Amino acid sequence: MSVPNAAATEDLSSEMEVDAFRRLFPLRYFERHLAESIRSDGRPLREARDTSIFLGAVASANGSALVKIGSTTMLTAIKMEVMIPSLESPDEGCLAIDFHMPPICSPIVRPGRPAEAEPVVSKQLSDTITSSGMIDLRELSLVGGKAAWMAYLDIYCLDADGSLFDAALLSAVAALSHLQIPAVAMNDDGKIVLMSDEDGQKQAKEQVNKEKRKLTLKSIPLSLTCILHKNYILADPTAEEESIVETHVTIILDTSGQLISLYKPGGPVLAYTSAIQDCVALTRQRVKELKSFLDKENSAMEVE
Amino acid sequence: MEIDRPDGRSPNQLRPLACSHSVLHRAHGSATWAQGETKVLAAVYGPKAGTKKNENPEKASIEVIWKPNTGHVGQADREYEMILKKTLESICIRTIYPNTTTSVIVQVVHDDGALLPCAINAACAALVDAGIPLRHLAVAICCSVTDNNSIILDPSKKEEEKSKAFAYLVFPNTTVSVVPEKSSQVGNDPMAHGIITSVTHGAMSVDDYLHCLERGRATTQRLSEFLRKNIAPKSTREASKAG
Repeated sequence: MSVPNAAATEDLSSEMEVDAFRRLFPLRYFERHLAESIRSDGRPLREARDTSIFLGAVASANGSALVKIGSTTMLTAIKMEVMIPSLESPDEGCLAIDFHMPPICSPIVRPGRPAEAEPVVSKQLSDTITSSGMIDLRELSLVGGKAAWMAYLDIYCLDADGSLFDAALLSAVAALSHLQIPAVAMNDDGKIVLMSDEDGQKQAKEQVNKEKRKLTLKSIPLSLTCILHKNYILADPTAEEESIVETHVTIILDTSGQLISLYKPGGPVLAYTSAIQDCVALTRQRVKELKSFLDKENSAMEVE
Repeated sequence: MEIDRPDGRSPNQLRPLACSHSVLHRAHGSATWAQGETKVLAAVYGPKAGTKKNENPEKASIEVIWKPNTGHVGQADREYEMILKKTLESICIRTIYPNTTTSVIVQVVHDDGALLPCAINAACAALVDAGIPLRHLAVAICCSVTDNNSIILDPSKKEEEKSKAFAYLVFPNTTVSVVPEKSSQVGNDPMAHGIITSVTHGAMSVDDYLHCLERGRATTQRLSEFLRKNIAPKSTREASKAG
């Protein structure tokens, strides 16, 4: 015990109850775990929490998914509407992404005052989905220049326990993979009407979209958030860890290995090339894992 | 490898830089920063008594208000606001004035590409002008990856739109310290090699990103010198005029 200060805290931590120590000295509590190469929830440093995907959680939506990463929960629903495409892109449909954090998700969010993260995450999600080229917007076109699909993709955060962007992206991607574009036809007035299942065959009307179909997703973007503290890299932080450590790195890779985004907004720890390469390697591994979860869920849906 | 840029620059060449400080009289510190046609005005007020929302008993808080040149504040502006706030928080020594708020107001004067890096440079110059204690300076740069996978620095708006991906990178400025043991080495890497902030748009390969890092680092040296040369602390030039 050469450093008297360290000795003092050592004593304090043994005298105090664990919960009190955790609340009073969150950083020290966190660092004592790191020294033992374990995290306060019992995970190894570089492991993500258990992840589950449930497709079709909202029956009334055209596509939906409920995703849980640890206790972070995201619910995504997609609603399709027919609209007149804009003049600049007459052969393209449109995708509108909105991320919501209702007061239910976290004690930090107050009713009536939207959370700061809301517009930022929305913007990042739409940037990610556009720049990954996952969806060809021309596939959402019905009649060139006259009618196209408008897809409203709404993501609700039900429980915010860290790594919000990862969970939001995973649920958005899962809902898009579950999306079924409804069958529609054009009637005599040139209006687009939904086809119900019974009269689907004996239509005299011009059929625009003959049967329900799925979107073809080219390469799927998936992400992993890491926090950097001293020389440690921790994958998939919880809300508690995120509040203690201020340096966050979110890496988005698509399934073909392209880097879609490397997002590090400030933070006291500087990221050196080696740390970045470590984070990219962790993300690669995680993307593979998430992709296999997603494929498993999708093939299970097809069997039903 | 020769790349044709519309304005005849070489791939590594930046647009002409311009920086002036103390341009506003009421603000505690202000600066304009221009890279070619892109121009940003930043003003700093504070440290002032913390508002209820921002008050933090342990650390000074920083508030960023981003004003676009035209139209209303949109999602993109809110994102820039958040990135700028986190970047500035990491360079300020926030434990000195707890319970205070420092407001940084960023007004976009003209956007011709590399807007966020330009704003970060302007905000950093304004913070120095206001005499806010900083850990180190920050310099920001935009690297853009073109369709044939070559990297150009500081793209204009047109080049940004044509490129397949671009990265905004913020690096620390090497600290000049009189204390020898405070030299700016962390392990094997000099401090100036660490990234404070990284924001990317568009898809690129990981190797392209690492190349961007290298090229960005090499150029920030020049930017740093320019920034240092242009900003002398206000306190040495004249007594505080804001009351």
